[in-house]
Amino acid sequence: MAKKKDLDLQSSGPKVKIGTSDKIIRGIGYVVTTFYALACIFPFLIIIGTSFTSEEIIRSEGVKLIPEGFTLKAYEMVVAGGLIWKSYVLTIILTLVGTTIGLSIIAMTGYALQRKDFVLRNGISFFIYFTSLFQAGLAPYYLLMTQTYHLKDSYFAVLLPLLMSPWLIILMKNFVKSIPFEITESGKIDGAGDMKIFTALILPMLKPALATIGLFLALGYWNEWYQSSLFLSSQVTVVPLQYNLYKVVNEVQSLKNSIAGQYISLADVPTESLKMATAVLATGPIVLLYPFVQKYFIGGITVGAVKG
Amino acid sequence: MESKSVTKKGKVQTSQMTFGQKIWRNRTLLFMCLPAIVFFIAFSYAPLPGIWVAFVKYNYRDGIFGSKFVGMQNFEFLAQSGKLLQLTKNTILYNLAFIILGNLVAVVMAILLNEMQSKIFKKVSQTMMFLPYFISQVLVGLLVFNLLNYDTGFVNTILVKLGMEPWGPYSDKGVWPVLLVIIHLWQTTGYNSVVYFASICGIDEEIVEAARVDGANGWQKIWYIILPSLKPTVVILLLFALGGIVKGNFGLFYNVVGTNPLLYDTTDIIETYVYRATMTDFNFSTASAVGLYQSIIGFLMVMITNFIVKKIEPDYSLF
Repeated sequence: MAKKKDLDLQSSGPKVKIGTSDKIIRGIGYVVTTFYALACIFPFLIIIGTSFTSEEIIRSEGVKLIPEGFTLKAYEMVVAGGLIWKSYVLTIILTLVGTTIGLSIIAMTGYALQRKDFVLRNGISFFIYFTSLFQAGLAPYYLLMTQTYHLKDSYFAVLLPLLMSPWLIILMKNFVKSIPFEITESGKIDGAGDMKIFTALILPMLKPALATIGLFLALGYWNEWYQSSLFLSSQVTVVPLQYNLYKVVNEVQSLKNSIAGQYISLADVPTESLKMATAVLATGPIVLLYPFVQKYFIGGITVGAVKG
Repeated sequence: MESKSVTKKGKVQTSQMTFGQKIWRNRTLLFMCLPAIVFFIAFSYAPLPGIWVAFVKYNYRDGIFGSKFVGMQNFEFLAQSGKLLQLTKNTILYNLAFIILGNLVAVVMAILLNEMQSKIFKKVSQTMMFLPYFISQVLVGLLVFNLLNYDTGFVNTILVKLGMEPWGPYSDKGVWPVLLVIIHLWQTTGYNSVVYFASICGIDEEIVEAARVDGANGWQKIWYIILPSLKPTVVILLLFALGGIVKGNFGLFYNVVGTNPLLYDTTDIIETYVYRATMTDFNFSTASAVGLYQSIIGFLMVMITNFIVKKIEPDYSLF
């Protein structure tokens, strides 16, 4: 735990005299890393550039890195269409509600399963872990969700399945492991019940874990499109942002819906720049936020990788 | 109440308690696990009986358990048509490439990052490399389409400017194994290199210093110190990845390739086939047959790899 904090700010080796081979390696390093890092953001620059490019230029000359015939028309149309804001509200609600509920359950479960004096800990741990070893598969899952639970076209079909995963519970257990058992014991000596010990003593110490796992959950909800594609049919017009993007990119009808009657014929619709503008709006918050939260993900990956 | 049981006397009593009494004493802890237990029963265990659909000729009116039992017929059909073999082959070959090249590139990037002297350069480049991990697979599909599509794609605009023939990968099934591997590496290297970077950071500085004093150059440092120290991590991660060798990356294939029958020969994996069988054809019996086949092989693979991990590094085994 102490180690993970300075991972991304790790000092760069001892200051010993530098030989030719070191210079060569360093040179290769700078070149390769620079190229690779640029390759990682390059496709995003195309999306942004093209979203400000006029439709005629996209159709005749292709996508643009630097906008040509600069226009905000695509953004104006998406915003005026109104659907994207409803998607935003829905996605934010799903993310907040799902992350809060999921994180509470994962934290409670992770703590209880790490308690040495809990006789059922191994049994329950295996009960949860087994679900990642053997799955029923998509068809039985789909039939259960739609015919037994009747969740077709319900937002609960998106909210519920993403609440937790065996991997996140194991991750939480690994975080809890670093808290000495004496803390729990001292609580017991003071006469506190297990729930009191958890909320008053353990939770405050789990802040980094809560941040990490909460962010994994939130990212899952923000990027969700799969459950939506399974369970939200065309009857549902307001869908989570990424599934909305999927539909705008892949279905002409949804593209038209997203700008609600602001066109005369389909030929006049700036389809390509609309797709880009929708993508920028759906992804923007993540791209702006992730540099600040990436350290929590790095912490999670290193803690999680030690014991999967 | 429970506080008394912590005293010495209480501990002696613990061993004499019946199982029921022990559980009663743990009732709060059990209660804390209850929501998670309900969750996994509802979404992971409850679908299990539905696997029966793989052994019937499903029709909506009679339901899973009322439809006509056909035994192994659904599996036989898939096996005889060669579909199962083709899907398995595609899924495994893609995963092998993803695992081997993915770890290789991640190790190389981690080593190079570690060699960088400038902290700010290190931090900025790591942040840039991490970006593709944070975006949805839907966006990945659109990013790739922007680069590669025939009419407006970035690659073709360059080719045309250079006076060359435009390129149409969306109708050329031969190029996708290479393209999909590159896209996968692009999306996961930032993430995967974190683990290796962490291991390198954990190497004792004194060992490196001592090697320096003995005259080791940069290559020797990498070859004799860094790579051997990464070996256990690499082996463990490779083995665990092999446990998931029959599980495909559905989001990647579905969003990047989509439902394009021209490309199925080289891009159809188990997940994409099952998804189409379920959501497009409503052929639940066939879908479930493929799914069950995949679950059983997957289960065996995890068991085998875990057995091997246990042999070489018992601390890391899953169970």
